[in-house]
Amino acid sequence: MSKKISAIVITGNGTNCELEMAHACRLAGFDEVDIVHISELLCGTKRLDDYDFLNLPGGFLNGDDLGSAKAGANRILHAAVAGGRERLFDQFARFIAAGKLILGVCNGFQLLVKLGMLPDLDGLYDRQTVTLTYNDSGRFEDRWVHLRANAASPCIFTRGLRGIYLPVRHGEGKFIPQDEEILERLHRQNLIALQYSNGEYREATTDYPANPNGSIDAIAGICNETGRIFGLMPHPEAYLHRTNHPRWTREELPEEGMGLALFRNAASFLRSNSF
Amino acid sequence: MAHRIEIGFGEGIRDALGEKIRKRIIEHLRIPVDSVQTIEVYTIDGPLAPGELGKAARGPLSDPVIQETAIDHGIARGFDWLIEVGFRPGVTDNVGKTAGEAIALLTGKPVRVYTSRQYVIRGIRDRCALDTLTRADAERIASELLANDLIQRYDIIDGKTWDPAAGIKPYVPRVMGENRPRTEEIDLNVPDAELVRISQERVLALSLEEMRILRDYLKNDAILAHRKEVGLGATMTDAELECLAQTWSEHCKHKIFNARIAYDDGEGNTREIDSLFDTCIKRSTREIRERMGTNDWCLSVFSDNAGIIRFNDDWNLVFKVETHNSPSALDPYGGALTGIVGVNRDPFGCGKGAKLIFNTDVFCFAPPDYDRPLPKRILHPRRIYEGVREGVEHGGNKSGIPTVNGCLVFDERYLGKPLVYCGTGGIMPARIAGTPTHTKEILSGDLIVMTGGRIGKDGIHGATFSSEELHEGSPVTAVQIGDPITQKKMTDFLLVARDRDLYRAITDNGAGGLSSSVGETARLSGGCELDLKKAPLKYPGLNPWEILISESQERMTLAVDPAKSEEFLKLARKMDVEATVLGRYTDSGWFHIRYGEETVVLIEMSFLHDGLPQMNLRAVWAPPRHPEPDFPEPPDLGGALKAMLSRLNICSKESVVRQYDHEVQGGSVVKPLTGVVNDGPSDAAVIRPLLDSFEGIVVANGVCPRYSDIDTYHMAACAIDEAIRNAVAVGASLDRLAGLDNFCWCDPVRSEKTPDGEHKLAQLVRANEALYDLTTAYGVPCISGKDSMKNDYQIGEVRISIPPTLLFSTLGKMEDVRKAVTMDVKRPGDLVYVLGKTFRELGGSEWYALHGAIGNGVPRVQAETAKALYEALHRAISAGLVASCHDCSDGGLGVALAETAFAGGLGIAVDLKAVPAEGIGRNDELLFSESQSRFVATIRPEAQEAFEAALAGCAIARIGEVIPDGVLRIDGLGEKRIIDEELAALKAAWQKPLAF
Repeated sequence: MSKKISAIVITGNGTNCELEMAHACRLAGFDEVDIVHISELLCGTKRLDDYDFLNLPGGFLNGDDLGSAKAGANRILHAAVAGGRERLFDQFARFIAAGKLILGVCNGFQLLVKLGMLPDLDGLYDRQTVTLTYNDSGRFEDRWVHLRANAASPCIFTRGLRGIYLPVRHGEGKFIPQDEEILERLHRQNLIALQYSNGEYREATTDYPANPNGSIDAIAGICNETGRIFGLMPHPEAYLHRTNHPRWTREELPEEGMGLALFRNAASFLRSNSF
Repeated sequence: MAHRIEIGFGEGIRDALGEKIRKRIIEHLRIPVDSVQTIEVYTIDGPLAPGELGKAARGPLSDPVIQETAIDHGIARGFDWLIEVGFRPGVTDNVGKTAGEAIALLTGKPVRVYTSRQYVIRGIRDRCALDTLTRADAERIASELLANDLIQRYDIIDGKTWDPAAGIKPYVPRVMGENRPRTEEIDLNVPDAELVRISQERVLALSLEEMRILRDYLKNDAILAHRKEVGLGATMTDAELECLAQTWSEHCKHKIFNARIAYDDGEGNTREIDSLFDTCIKRSTREIRERMGTNDWCLSVFSDNAGIIRFNDDWNLVFKVETHNSPSALDPYGGALTGIVGVNRDPFGCGKGAKLIFNTDVFCFAPPDYDRPLPKRILHPRRIYEGVREGVEHGGNKSGIPTVNGCLVFDERYLGKPLVYCGTGGIMPARIAGTPTHTKEILSGDLIVMTGGRIGKDGIHGATFSSEELHEGSPVTAVQIGDPITQKKMTDFLLVARDRDLYRAITDNGAGGLSSSVGETARLSGGCELDLKKAPLKYPGLNPWEILISESQERMTLAVDPAKSEEFLKLARKMDVEATVLGRYTDSGWFHIRYGEETVVLIEMSFLHDGLPQMNLRAVWAPPRHPEPDFPEPPDLGGALKAMLSRLNICSKESVVRQYDHEVQGGSVVKPLTGVVNDGPSDAAVIRPLLDSFEGIVVANGVCPRYSDIDTYHMAACAIDEAIRNAVAVGASLDRLAGLDNFCWCDPVRSEKTPDGEHKLAQLVRANEALYDLTTAYGVPCISGKDSMKNDYQIGEVRISIPPTLLFSTLGKMEDVRKAVTMDVKRPGDLVYVLGKTFRELGGSEWYALHGAIGNGVPRVQAETAKALYEALHRAISAGLVASCHDCSDGGLGVALAETAFAGGLGIAVDLKAVPAEGIGRNDELLFSESQSRFVATIRPEAQEAFEAALAGCAIARIGEVIPDGVLRIDGLGEKRIIDEELAALKAAWQKPLAF
């Protein structure tokens, strides 16, 4: 009998993709999927420790008022969990140390980056070395993009993928590394798991609108060295069924949407012996 | 002491906002500038030590990878002008609020934070190194683009005298509590002229007759005796007067729709109409529901904040559309933002409360390229366009509600007032704890609890203000800025509370604030007693009447069973949402409001709600006659088609659509943009609200104000037909389609200012008659609606009235979303059909408008014929026989063919001689007539027989086929080919006008 695996989807303070994120986890076969309001974590009625897969969905944490996910990151870093001396951050650190999986989508990716949990080249979890900022267009955009997967990446989530077609829906998705050295390390260690690409997933592109935000080196998603923490700007949970595809009325498509693959990879990794 | 933290981008980092502003300065103001750099400023009012300021600056307030910070000195260097824009005291500052919370969490110290933004501007230097950018230019940039004087202040700093080390002195826009809260008594025993003055000065928007009723109310001995017991006398308190003015406002009471109208039809017959609302709108719904009998899927119509219909056995749907026109005229961003988050609260405050699942927006503006002098206090249409677009973007996207459908309408008369229609749909379980959710009950003794935001002076007089035309003294406080995140936190909390059955009833605080929300819900128990002193305030110094009627956003009012109040309040605290018990519902028959121990309002519930007598109005219809245009058929119809595709009312709205999240919540099926490269214009939206089911919802709109210039009967009929045929085009079925009416009119009450009021009222009567005729003919019941009757501008001699506008919105249930059809052609070889007959109906058309004419032959809906077509088409779509389907609306068949072709990226070759038509001899008229109830559909050749059988008896014809070449090829009525145009050129013409 296979292992029971559980997923937590955190919501609250402006998160808004929690339902479809949880739906994706269920479709991917997680035995237990809980949407948990962050107040439950802060008052100690729920703990990250009880789950295997942490989902940080899209949305606008505190309206992204101080820059995307900034106020949200501040909360995780400094808010105390009731009934103990623990900060919420300590639970995150423990979760990572336990080798469990974290997926941040859009605002969740911004949160991971601003917390310093991605790419986390030094294993400290809390030093920010890259950022996601305002799109070159200066506007929020909802459009579908092609993403080329890096076969050499340690990323658990993109295993076996060549490319994937998903929508972006953001105003602050432009990926910028702190300096050349960081960028070079991202490339060298194959931490760049997904890049905006042309329609055939062959080449990464910096041309607008295929690269919708002007990301440096077309970076759309990165993972940490273990491949267990992964963040991306496009929304895999927005393409779970063929009717989500913008051209489903004119193309022959499989019933299952491409975004589900990421969640299936997470589930099979957690069920496998390598976890 | 206050401190300033400035945050700017580091060297070499692109400042996207600065870029955007630079572009706007050049494009909108035609002032050449070289660069614009933005700097965010946080003014911190609180006891922070230098180290803590640094921690805040480098922590939550900035991004260390790309930004630099400065404390108490300036970042800007080497510029010509620096403009700093901040809020005036009391204006909602969402970013400041978030910053304050973040710093409090970081340092453990409570602080107040106020934000402002610097625009650092460098002019273009010519070779002689002369300054090209003057102070006057900077003034214009500040006042015409960057700041709205109503809510913002700005400073302009000259680069020549700038000392970055000194920077700018902190300014704290704190609201000073200028007075101790007090209640004034107003003597209404005064001459009529004085009554009128009181109404005007206080923005009560009450007529002399209404003021007299208030005066006489206090002459009843029994009432006086009761007042005496609570310490009130024979004069009215300001709180009472304000509260009655809100409740009796046109906005809340719909006096015109409920008026008794003597209607003269212009042919010598006069009829009495006892309430348009009752005799046209409600009657239609009642009759349709009777016809449906046991299959009636309407659950709650016209009685709650929104309409409720059945989705399936376990779920109900809720829908409401509102307008926020007057505030958007004054502050487009704040007005529109408040419009969308405001209408969100209607479905949310309907029945037991619904989860919000889609937004739909329709904006009516003057053309953005308007280039004549603007009347006083009117903002440039381009600024309104950008501001409204952005306000709705922030309101919708940040609330996590997909904007699935909408449209933009342009007409110069919307200069007088832009129309900002915002609609929201929701879904709720059909039962909670075994009890149906679509009804409301409140028991005497239930607690009145307010949740969400705090009360400030913002939004005072919104309801009465919107019941007037825009004038010189339109109040600043009527403008407010919504906060989608405070609202999202509240709705997250209330949905949990709802599912745990912790409250009995819910309603929203919108127009009229507490006076309205409590006043309305108190009818269910029969009275209330409430203490305003308990209400949480944004700042001190509000008078009781202000607390009572403030329209501060993000608030819901709940009736909570005292036995459950503790658990309710505990959950609110846990989820970080403010909830306060303000009083209790009673069955005393009195609306009783205190401020501490002092009674400030004591009014009988019956007087509050039913004390207003029915208005008596007269309407006289005199059909206008316009000159018939007499231009010849143009020789270049390809060029004409391109000109039509570039019309503002026809062209692509992609730049707006893309900026709205239309897919969040994961149930998107037919998106607003569709086709081979995702940029064709969908007719309607289809979404799947329950991700584990294929049952779906169709949402569509219809609006065609140009036809009002000829006859509002046909304007309304066409709007209804358009909303229905858009829904049918994607696969909706007539028998599960509900409608919403939303009337925006110019003042239809005859007065000195409005000498043509009787005509405008006749226009309203005719539109309502059409609504009755059409909805009953189609069997599409209205489930809710709204009206906004004073969409005029009057300052000095200038009066601008909008064209009478009805937005009709439809909400349909689709059994299986996998049957949905989109408008783009699919494959070469598919057959092209026209469904529905074309008549010579070009009155009010875009084609005539292009020639500067109106004409008289307005499109007329033939509902019985159309209904048969819609039912047949639905059968064909359900059977999977239709490859694409697109409705013909503005620009008629020509535009529909072009859009169908270029959306699918394949050519179309057709012959106009095959088009079912009557009375048309000219190619241009056949191409651009706007006859209603027509579609362009494409069919796979193998489906031809079945398709034609399904549509037997309807006026349909095969007119050509889809071809692999990228051209639109049209053979005319004669022997000639009249159009042979590259799709790329047609599409470019269609995409260009609004691609900002």
